[in-house]
Amino acid sequence: MNSANSPLGKPLDRVDGPLKVTGKACYAAEADVPGLLYGAVVSSSIARGRITRIDAVAAEALSGVRLVLTHQNRPPVASYDEPYEDDDAADGSPFRPLYNDRVLYSGQPLALVVAETQALARHAASLVRVEYEVEAHQTDLQAAREQAHEAPAELPEPRGDFDSAFAAAAKRVDCEYGTPVEHHNPMEPHASIVQYQPGGELLIHDKTQGVQNCQRYLEQVFDMKGKIRVLAPFVGGAFGSGLRPQYQLPLAVMAALKLKASVRVELTRQQMFTFGYRPRTFQQLKLAADGEGRLRAIEHKAIGQTSRFEDFTEHEVEWSGMLYACDNVRLGYRLAPLDVYTPLDMRAPGATIGVYALECAMDELAHEVGIDPLELRLRNYTDINGNEGKRYSSKELRACYQQGAERFGWSRRPAQPRSLRDGHQLIGMGMATGVWEAMQMPASARACLDADGRLLVTSATADIGTGTYTAMTQIAADAMGLSMAEVEFRLGDSSLPQAPLEGGSATVSSVGSAVQRACAGLRQKLLDAVQQSPASPFTGANLETVEFVDGQLRLKTGEHAVPLRDIVQVSGALEAEASVKPDEKRDAWATGTHSAVFVEVRV
Amino acid sequence: MDLATSNEARASATSGPESVAISLIINGKLRHMSVEPWVTLLDLLREREDLTGTKKGCDHGQCGACTVLLDGRRINSCLTLAVMHDGASLTTIEGLASDATLHPLQAAFVKHDAFQCGYCTPGQICSAAGLAAENRASSRDEIREHMSGNLCRCGAYPNILAAIEDALPTLRGQEGAQ
Repeated sequence: MNSANSPLGKPLDRVDGPLKVTGKACYAAEADVPGLLYGAVVSSSIARGRITRIDAVAAEALSGVRLVLTHQNRPPVASYDEPYEDDDAADGSPFRPLYNDRVLYSGQPLALVVAETQALARHAASLVRVEYEVEAHQTDLQAAREQAHEAPAELPEPRGDFDSAFAAAAKRVDCEYGTPVEHHNPMEPHASIVQYQPGGELLIHDKTQGVQNCQRYLEQVFDMKGKIRVLAPFVGGAFGSGLRPQYQLPLAVMAALKLKASVRVELTRQQMFTFGYRPRTFQQLKLAADGEGRLRAIEHKAIGQTSRFEDFTEHEVEWSGMLYACDNVRLGYRLAPLDVYTPLDMRAPGATIGVYALECAMDELAHEVGIDPLELRLRNYTDINGNEGKRYSSKELRACYQQGAERFGWSRRPAQPRSLRDGHQLIGMGMATGVWEAMQMPASARACLDADGRLLVTSATADIGTGTYTAMTQIAADAMGLSMAEVEFRLGDSSLPQAPLEGGSATVSSVGSAVQRACAGLRQKLLDAVQQSPASPFTGANLETVEFVDGQLRLKTGEHAVPLRDIVQVSGALEAEASVKPDEKRDAWATGTHSAVFVEVRV
Repeated sequence: MDLATSNEARASATSGPESVAISLIINGKLRHMSVEPWVTLLDLLREREDLTGTKKGCDHGQCGACTVLLDGRRINSCLTLAVMHDGASLTTIEGLASDATLHPLQAAFVKHDAFQCGYCTPGQICSAAGLAAENRASSRDEIREHMSGNLCRCGAYPNILAAIEDALPTLRGQEGAQ
């Protein structure tokens, strides 16, 4: 459509903005549920071993404490790995909360105390005494480096001959970098409210990036197919922490099933450190170039930590085979299992730490060759993803470098380290390239124009602050020629049309495409409806000869126009649903998003 | 891991302390209530008054998501007990605007896109309202410094700063007119 009145590309206020600034946006722990009980988690204080005894007598003696749930009295759960494997599961055997007496990591949930108030639950949880048979543990990646095994990742095969090219090159650098564990810590702690329905069905308010992922997980783990609906209309940040169902969710479900009551489990900020996180890594970068700085050889080897029960992998070293032109590339990736929880995707998983290491090594190489760091990147610029041997569908990195350098004033940068001072402060200037994938995943959406001419578009996606509500409203308004105010987009409900996890920067391309396609179906239905009348001025028209603008369906010739509201007042509400998969046309191309970062630091 | 393991906490729970009758003016309405001495102002608002606009981010005074105005001054509601404030007047995000229109800070936060997930937003806005009343931030650096108790994990800081900078003159004008 993209008419002059289209909201696409316009700087609009977020459609959910007024709800968020007035405190009316309702997050997971905030649903108003009658008769709610409150759960508090008892966490393990050892990293590895076995529970020998859980003494809950003092907790249970308190008036108002309803349940102390442990592996000994929990409801039945699935006994094979497969039911626990969610859409973002790592290879291996997923963690099962309260499954048995094994302690696999420090902070593992060992019991849930359920009481009539949150304060009482938390106090009672502090009275639960857990006795252990403690085993020796290892949580230090540095100490476990030698135990690392090959990561189950599909790395590109080595290309060219790294060893010979590295040995023969005029300039070489060999660097090692370490990156620490990082926890997602969204502002909103993870929380679930399980609303126990009269028929035993569960209506669940959860903090998640995928309501259908959590729904499937629970249906499988608790054998409750068709009895679970998960809602997440507002998510107070996630950064990846909501990609997998977190343990407060199954714990709340267990308690609700056991008590036949509604239960809320909200993690404390301290407990936000007791599940997935960005893994600690060690990375070795070997780069070689000729005298002019053209890359001759790249080797990038990484060791990341994982748990003893799952092999977590991310795209960590691949970037070194695709960001610059180079014929001799060798990539390696190993994992060292520790007595810790499995890492979890977090904000550009893998790229954040892998590209960091590559870009630091590129700076070292620029210094070694004696050329400007930006010039080094330009000399090795490529429009082809060397890992795939495919040309990028588009890549504007060169213009990005140029614009960034001009706006930052890169030309002011002296080449000599420690040469720029302001009084006692040293000033450093640096730059780096950024890259991420440009993915699309299968997604569905439904568009319904009600008899009052209001458009409701739905999909089971999420808005974790990323603007999904607003972006989808824009896309739908544009597709139907309606104003933003005439369109409502609904998400965060597992009963809505299928959507992938909201992650990987793929939601607009995935769900947005489904919204567009659903609206195209709705346009056809509106045209069919006006053509029902024998004397319709639209007889013989098709979607190519009509347009949807300013709330009207009209012939492109301008001869006839009819408000959409008038059409549905006669036909009744009209609805169309669409599912969209990535087009095969994508296969011939490499896709990616690139960026350049410039920074000035004073120390 | 849990913080509530102190002997005092255990003793108080077993002896069953009396609830205390207090009155609070919450968003202009007088409320009489009976609360146990350990109930924080934050839990009182969220769990008993159904005012969930005030957020629980950390529950130990590090993030500022629970900021409310207590007798016009900003305070972390997770770090203070309700019984300490008998007779006080409390303004939360729900009571910031006097009518259906947005408070100038709320409007500025929307206009400048000063949030993403929105979870820190009520605390940011209440904190900024408190800052305006303190009348001590005039430069951008001063606004940054005096808003440093409110974290935003989405990283909307530049837009939060722009929103506050935009709304401050309006707020000071309103005060001058009073």
